[in-house]
Amino acid sequence: MAWNRYWHHRGAAISTVVMAILSIIVILAPFTARYGVNEQVLHISEGNNVFLPPSKLAWFGTDDIGRDIYSRLIWGIRTSMFIGVASALLSVVFGTAAGALAGLRGGKFDDIMMRVTDIFLAFPFLVVVIIMRQFLGNISWLEPVLGPQTSIRFIIWLFAIFGWMGVARLVRSQVLVLKEREFIEAARAVGGSNLRIVVSHLLPNSIGPILVALTISVIGAIVGESTLAFFGLGPQPGSGGTSLGKLIELSKEGAKQGNWWLVAFPCGALVVLAIGINFIGDGLRDALDPKLDAGN
Amino acid sequence: MLRFIVRRALWLLPTIVFVTFLVYCAVRIGWDPVASYKRANPRASKAKMQQYREVNGLYDGFGGYLRGYKEWLWRFVQGPEQWSRSIKGRAEVWPPLRYAIFNTLRLAGIASVVGISVGLSLGVLAARHPGGWFDTTVNTAAFFLGSIPPFVSGVVLQLVFAVQLGWLPPVGVYPPGHEGFDLMLMLKHLTLPVTVVAIQTISAYSRYMRASLLDVSSADYLRTARAKGISEGAVLRRHGVRNALIPVVTVLAIDIGALLGGLIITENIFNYPGMGVFFIRASTNGDFPQMMPYLVIIVTSVLMFNLIADLAYAYLDPRIRLE
Repeated sequence: MAWNRYWHHRGAAISTVVMAILSIIVILAPFTARYGVNEQVLHISEGNNVFLPPSKLAWFGTDDIGRDIYSRLIWGIRTSMFIGVASALLSVVFGTAAGALAGLRGGKFDDIMMRVTDIFLAFPFLVVVIIMRQFLGNISWLEPVLGPQTSIRFIIWLFAIFGWMGVARLVRSQVLVLKEREFIEAARAVGGSNLRIVVSHLLPNSIGPILVALTISVIGAIVGESTLAFFGLGPQPGSGGTSLGKLIELSKEGAKQGNWWLVAFPCGALVVLAIGINFIGDGLRDALDPKLDAGN
Repeated sequence: MLRFIVRRALWLLPTIVFVTFLVYCAVRIGWDPVASYKRANPRASKAKMQQYREVNGLYDGFGGYLRGYKEWLWRFVQGPEQWSRSIKGRAEVWPPLRYAIFNTLRLAGIASVVGISVGLSLGVLAARHPGGWFDTTVNTAAFFLGSIPPFVSGVVLQLVFAVQLGWLPPVGVYPPGHEGFDLMLMLKHLTLPVTVVAIQTISAYSRYMRASLLDVSSADYLRTARAKGISEGAVLRRHGVRNALIPVVTVLAIDIGALLGGLIITENIFNYPGMGVFFIRASTNGDFPQMMPYLVIIVTSVLMFNLIADLAYAYLDPRIRLE
């Protein structure tokens, strides 16, 4: 049922195919990329290799030190997708646990948690992220867990620390509705523990919203990484890597100099990812929640 | 009702003080000016370090943060002339901040008016014939445009209209070296930043408005209004849109945070000398006397607009009772 409804959502179906192809290209980066991450398209002695417009030599042009944008995009999307998926999974795990706990127990814990998340979510994302990034990065005893401030691990944790709040609110509201239903009462009557009720009744019944939250978190983290990189605050994947954010950072200068390929391809890739993943989220919402139809 | 308002308003001040204290601690720990001073002057004597701490109010430990915050707050409430001076260069904080506030208010004001009015009208028009061609177009466009991060639309607009076509200036409020006030020139510089912010607002509000209007369109009072025989336009104006606006107004007040966040990005792309650029520069320098007034403004406006949202909701919808 849900499966059929999902594939009837035209945007979601097309996006799923596009995202699947993109994922394969990105996973097989060693074969699909034409050059290495830091490889120049030709040695400087063989001619100018800097800011070349798109050509046979470099499909998407070259950057300020003569590297192939096409290949770097593939490597960069690979890193960014990893950041997105990893931090989304972490957010969903923490958020679901916290939301289920708050919804089921209620009382003081619930009050305080909701108040804190309310305040956090009301503030401009960028301001909070900039402060938290600096704050967490400067606490030396957290470094063994979070990693250095400019590492990919740190960024994943940073987004997970924000992401769980939205998920927690969602799961909490779902739990509040569900826990009044008869089947939960029945489970309680036969002596089911809280943990058992959460794991085998509440979670399976909230899987729809959780899945939607997961997809939205993925794109949230990918866009978040690019936003931070735009301000030069993104992760520095080191000499062996790049990220979508690093490429987008370059497009800021590219636009002012009129090098259109430095803007078009990285930004285009980000927009394709954003629209694709949003469509998938939309499709999942429509498919998994029959009460909500497309709005007509 | 009045008691509720007074109680919430009284709570606002302690909340602001508490939240700004947390922000102060986070900023102090995060940027740690003492450590960077030590890095810059590795051979500074103990007495010199002590003097540096005293002058800037940088005391250690939790008690030290409390003391530092108290000193900072005391100077802050005494007015801009008394505000703590910036750590680097010991410059006054208020004059540049005031300039930035005016620039931001101008940008945010125009963008909000354009964005909200266009967005709401599109939402109303789209909801008139759900599923029609206009509705589908608006909905799809809003979905696509809303998915585009603001820095992408900013950079693309800058590239196309400023650099390639040369129709509009790429950065700033005025060309370098310009003095005095010039409305036309200013509007030209504002066009691109306003567009970037307005795109986000339009796509969000057209969708809110459409959904909200469709929600009320099946309500009994609309059927009654139609049964009375008044024209469709009057039904929509007097009964439909008014009721549909209730949830939209509250979203509007809560969205102030998102607007302020979007401004930081837009201002930085277009080198527009507003509060966002001010904050990014202050945070790059790690200068907490410069960051704090900006953060106080953010904290205050977010908390205040949240309160306004609650009150507006109760005022507009008599069914909501406030205890």
